[in-house]
Amino acid sequence: MRKISYKKIIGEVEDLVVKVSRYIPDDVRQHIRRAYLSEPQGLGKKYLSIILENLNTAEKDKLPICQDTGLAVFFVEAGPDVVIETGRYKTLEDIINEGLRRGSIKGHLRSSVVSPVERKNTKTNSPGVVHLIPSNKGVFRVGLIAKGFGSENTSKIAMLNPTDGKKAVEDFILDTIKLADALPCPPIFIGAGIGGSFEKAALLSKLALCNIGQKSEHRRWEKELLKKINLLNIGPAGLSGKNTALDIRIETAPTHIAGLPVAINISCWAHRYGKIEL
Amino acid sequence: MKKILFPLKTGKEIEALKAGDEIKLYGDIYVARDAAHKKLVKDISNKKKSPFPLKNNLIYYMGPTPAPKGKIIGSCGPTTSIRMDVYTPILLQKGIKATMGKGGRGREIIDACKKYRAIYLITYGGCGAYLSQFVKKFKCIAYGELSPESIYKLEIEGFPAIVAIDTKGNTLYNR
Repeated sequence: MRKISYKKIIGEVEDLVVKVSRYIPDDVRQHIRRAYLSEPQGLGKKYLSIILENLNTAEKDKLPICQDTGLAVFFVEAGPDVVIETGRYKTLEDIINEGLRRGSIKGHLRSSVVSPVERKNTKTNSPGVVHLIPSNKGVFRVGLIAKGFGSENTSKIAMLNPTDGKKAVEDFILDTIKLADALPCPPIFIGAGIGGSFEKAALLSKLALCNIGQKSEHRRWEKELLKKINLLNIGPAGLSGKNTALDIRIETAPTHIAGLPVAINISCWAHRYGKIEL
Repeated sequence: MKKILFPLKTGKEIEALKAGDEIKLYGDIYVARDAAHKKLVKDISNKKKSPFPLKNNLIYYMGPTPAPKGKIIGSCGPTTSIRMDVYTPILLQKGIKATMGKGGRGREIIDACKKYRAIYLITYGGCGAYLSQFVKKFKCIAYGELSPESIYKLEIEGFPAIVAIDTKGNTLYNR
């Protein structure tokens, strides 16, 4: 049995929330730098140069990269032997949300969370969305992806016909990106979830975003798609250009004989993601 | 690079601007996003007074992060403008001369810009930390209960923007 105290989790999540809002992962920065170098002269290239300057300003001035500090989505991976000492908290979800609340104060994040219909602001930037994923013995990890809703709003899911095949999947991905156009702050990252059930495909698409840059069994297809996406000429900020997308990642799962679910989760260039392991 | 001071003196200052022009903004501008637009347009429709002067002014679609100690404002980049499309024509009709956000807009906004000789500007999406350095004063002036969606007044100096729709109805996004 592995015991983990709520105090430890809250403290680590608090720091993760602050870190994710201010610093993007190194590989994301590399992608942007490469895009800047490859983009021809013009407004799009200038936008990329300002993005790079913004990343430096956020670090130096200890400010969130973007004022939309996102809706926090946590992926908690826990082994079967992990026991959480909950203290006064009822659930692991409450513990994670307490870390989010504290981190949001510490990092001066925006209170972007409201009730869906009445639109009442919780004023704590919480709760986030917490997914619990069963993992191997001894493991306890918390991944956080903080996506703004400019890009989240352009994400889509389709229940395609089972016989539609690869071409239909590609068309749906390309159509979704065309429709999104300048709205999600391109150059974008794309997570595609293919297969499973309705909600599994959506979940896979977000996990795909978290897994960008890691070894992929679909790398060849991803590279083909990336080429096609970058021929759409949407470009940085939608101002036309070579760099519409920085990377795409596909996750698949077995599905039903009657269906082909496809979910596309789009992230802005400020792809803010981080993970802690306790 | 052309400098534009808000509020505009006559409204004619922006008529020479063309879609694609990079400009720098100075003066006082007003900040409002989704919830504030809904409330503002409802108030105007009910013949209530607008909490700020609309004539010759600019509305920036933005919701800032809280200012850390010693700073004027937190991160303060643009939000997606198209969500405000439904509220924009009446505001232009009432005298607003410029709106600023990110991304393209619907046909009706292009038509409204032409009709009311107004412009739509974009600024750098996701670059809220960078943009904070052009803000010299920051104050909540109305709808405080909507925080962070309240109406704010900003004093800005050299705030960068690009003309995305000009007063002739030309647009930067031709797709």
